Amino acid sequence: MSEHTPTQLPITPELQSLAARLLKLDDLLISCMRCGFCLATCPVYGATMKEADATRGKIALLEYLSHHMTNDAEAVYDKLGRCLLCGSCQTTCPSGVRIMDIFLHARGIVRDYLGLSSTEKFIFRGLLARPGLFNALLGISAKFQGLFVKEADAALGTSKAPMFSSFIGERHFPRLASEPFHSKTPSLDEAAGSSGLRVAFFPGCVTDKIFPSVADATLKILRKHGVGVFLPDNLACCGIPALSGGDISACQTMIRHNLNLLRPGKFDYLITPCATCASTIKEYWPKVSEGFAPADQELIRSLHDKTTDITAFLTDVLKVSLPVREGGGKRVTYHDSCHLRKSLGVFSQPRAILKSLPGFEYVEMAEADRCCGSGGSFTLKHYDLSKNIGQRKRDNIAAVKPDTVAAACPACMMQLMDMLSQNGDAMKVRHVAEMYAETL
Amino acid sequence: MPINPALAKEFENVVGKEQVFTEEADLQSYSYDAAVLAPVRPAIVAAPTTQEQLCKTVRLAYENGLPITVRGSGTNLSGSTIPQGNGIVILTNRVNKILEINEEDLYAVVEPGVITAQFAAAVAAKGLFYPPDPGSQSVSTLGGNIAHNAGGLRGLKYGVTKDYVMGMEVVDYRGELIKTGSRTVKYVTGYNMAALMAASEGTLGVFSNIVVKLVPPPKASKALLAEFDDVNKASETVAGIIASHVVPCTLEFLDNNCIRYVEADTKAGLPVDAAALLLIEVDGGHTQLVEEDADKVMGVCRKCGSTNIRVAQNAEEKFKIWEARRNALPALARAKPTTVLEDATVPRSQVPAMVAAVNAIAKKYNLEVGTFGHAGDGNLHPTILCDRRDKEEFARVEAAVDEIFDVALSLKGTLSGEHGIGKAKAKWMEKETNRATIEFNKNLRLALDPKMLFNAGNKFV
Ligand SMILES: Cc1cc2nc3c(=O)[nH]c(=O)nc-3n(C[C@H](O)[C@H](O)[C@H](O)COP(=O)(O)OP(=O)(O)OC[C@H]3O[C@@H](n4cnc5c(N)ncnc54)[C@H](O)[C@@H]3O)c2cc1C
Ligand code: SF4
Ligand code: SF4
Repeated sequence: MSEHTPTQLPITPELQSLAARLLKLDDLLISCMRCGFCLATCPVYGATMKEADATRGKIALLEYLSHHMTNDAEAVYDKLGRCLLCGSCQTTCPSGVRIMDIFLHARGIVRDYLGLSSTEKFIFRGLLARPGLFNALLGISAKFQGLFVKEADAALGTSKAPMFSSFIGERHFPRLASEPFHSKTPSLDEAAGSSGLRVAFFPGCVTDKIFPSVADATLKILRKHGVGVFLPDNLACCGIPALSGGDISACQTMIRHNLNLLRPGKFDYLITPCATCASTIKEYWPKVSEGFAPADQELIRSLHDKTTDITAFLTDVLKVSLPVREGGGKRVTYHDSCHLRKSLGVFSQPRAILKSLPGFEYVEMAEADRCCGSGGSFTLKHYDLSKNIGQRKRDNIAAVKPDTVAAACPACMMQLMDMLSQNGDAMKVRHVAEMYAETL
Repeated sequence: MPINPALAKEFENVVGKEQVFTEEADLQSYSYDAAVLAPVRPAIVAAPTTQEQLCKTVRLAYENGLPITVRGSGTNLSGSTIPQGNGIVILTNRVNKILEINEEDLYAVVEPGVITAQFAAAVAAKGLFYPPDPGSQSVSTLGGNIAHNAGGLRGLKYGVTKDYVMGMEVVDYRGELIKTGSRTVKYVTGYNMAALMAASEGTLGVFSNIVVKLVPPPKASKALLAEFDDVNKASETVAGIIASHVVPCTLEFLDNNCIRYVEADTKAGLPVDAAALLLIEVDGGHTQLVEEDADKVMGVCRKCGSTNIRVAQNAEEKFKIWEARRNALPALARAKPTTVLEDATVPRSQVPAMVAAVNAIAKKYNLEVGTFGHAGDGNLHPTILCDRRDKEEFARVEAAVDEIFDVALSLKGTLSGEHGIGKAKAKWMEKETNRATIEFNKNLRLALDPKMLFNAGNKFV
């Protein structure tokens, strides 16, 4: 390898220390062989066809930043942000590059150098890490939203808020629930039921505040199958918004808060209806637990083994018999949430459940495992891009003409509702758990 | 070198503001491809979306003397899309429509940025078959495939990309569209320029609309895996199969090192003591024919001393048999940070000599290597595993690669079977040919590109 193109920008001591911190990722970065295979599955690249939006581009830029071949940290951070952290690239990568590790740490390191914006500080540190305040604020918003949102699509139950379009864009979003799950069911501490199992229940923010019916359905399933539930009061966010925003320390605060609540309850599994929470607890908590007390690290390790999503719990642990139903009915298709399929390897389980539902006919859509474009806070920062990615998902859905689109992640459900509503599609978006619970 | 803003504006007028990139981070992201070579940041990048914009972009760049690098998906392994520092990268990935799939006359018309696998799937959906299947097909463009004459696993029976190019429109240095070839099976009207464009590596012009040939798909296939305790026996088997007048659609080879890497990575139960594995698939229009061919192949394997043969009885077993080959590159790539994927190709009968030489060279330079490849084509991929940050080691890698080329040429082989020359191997071209050949090709190039702006520094230098 000969000399590289020299950089244009002056190297300050701060940049030097940024590069030095990024160099810690060098052993991970070097394993990218620039084959470009990730371009085939990266949804952001698929939408923009820009190399810097693809995994390969981001990894190259990080390597250049750490070797002073470019010094535009802000631009690199901006590119890093154009990523759904969907993990599609990692499942495609022949070289086994630990891409998600690279991105999460790099976001933290570059963010440290650039500093958090005051809004981000308020959200990550002030709000998400303090569930009481977060809940109270959203409670107020839920009461007043009726004043300014109007119905957009009756079948989907979405609303739009033209008055507020300047800051939420033309998004069609489901209303905040009038009564979030936690107000109705703040905590539970049941003994193991007939199954002999007791589980911790982690509803997750979106389920709690937007889809409480998903949490109710999950509880119904657990009870019907004789599973005792432990739900500590005041659980905080799983931490992924802070982590993806590069605020690792806020994420660690949320994790510690949750660990303290989960520690006393003896349970066999931790169950969530949210694919994102499941993958965060299982995959990311261990990765950011450096410096935690040994007891906390131990708990995180055991949560890694115990955490699973409700659909996999039903099929793999409870081993519920799910005979395939013939005889047609309403058409239902399934969208694979990235966090479920790519992080946890769960994809046959929700399909098996759907295929067993009476009155439904299961149809598989094309590219069912292609990202819907939601990516948590990604959709807030890059709505147009998110919409562009979502449109491809919507077109694949529309092509199989379903009555219902099922998913097993509330964040994906929001995105699907938005996309379908924007296209005026009269279809329902439902969680697999809700549909199954109805049969009980 | 930063671009003159007025000129950047002119490119914006041609393709739209959003489709011209001049920011540092964007430029840096077009500084590399899949070759292990130093990156070079271009001065500007333009991304036309239509044929008309493509022509105008080329014209504007040429008039202004900008060195031009055409880029599809940037997956080539020879550095042929690493641009010039004062040059322009013209992206073709947004000129990507399938214009026609003609089921009656068995051809398709595509724009250059169409992704190979997506095209093959669209063709398959119509009940037809586009055979060229390079390992990078999920991401490579058809334009890039033609510019490198990409091969794949099916090369032995079905040929390579050039065998499917019937005609095309080429954007010349003036930005004019040159037409060559046709939609007919036969064509003698002009020079066969479509053939000249195959493997031209972006040095002669830019392919725009391309006419490719389609064929009916095979109706049956059968895959088998044969183990050998001696590379020579595997090679005799390959010769024996061809001599028995069976042409398998795939005839792939893994050497002992490669088998070990795959087994270490996947624990799939591969025979780690075998000197070589052959993965063979026969296909055809009729199940009985395919069964007969498979029997013949098995007979040859046995006669040549295969120690174990596994035949796939169903699709699942076939998938399993191919697993070893599918995992060859991933297993090698995961073993060490840097993967130098070579491409030396020799006459089929020289495969054992080549494999022995590669292993001797690796030993001499104290390097790790695994070899797999297309045994039926004599196209081997000796893959050297290293860490490009280790300068001393990388110098040994470069010396080893040089020696591998020397051996390939001495065995009457060629520098590259499918990955191309690009920047990586340009200095070797004279050794494979002679000075007169280089001069001749340069003259040809000058006739089509008087300022030598199309991928300067590549292929013939
Ligand atoms: C892991 C891996 C496996 C691979 N396996 C194979 C394999 O099995 N077989 C094989 O043959 N190759 C293989 N390759 C090499 C590479 O993928 C192919 O050469 C492929 O054809 C390149 O396509 P691309 O779209 O990425 O082209 P690029 O890399 O973008 O460009 C390649 C060349 O084509 C030129 N070009 C692109 N578009 C045009 C156009 N419209 N007009 C004129 N010139 C153009 C460029 O200037 C450049 O010279 C592999 C590469 C990798 C990384
Ligand atoms: S697929 Fe993996 S190795 Fe290939 S370019 Fe992407 S990140 Fe790098
Ligand atoms: S995580 Fe998803 S969006 Fe981000 S680079 Fe990988 S594939 Fe692209």
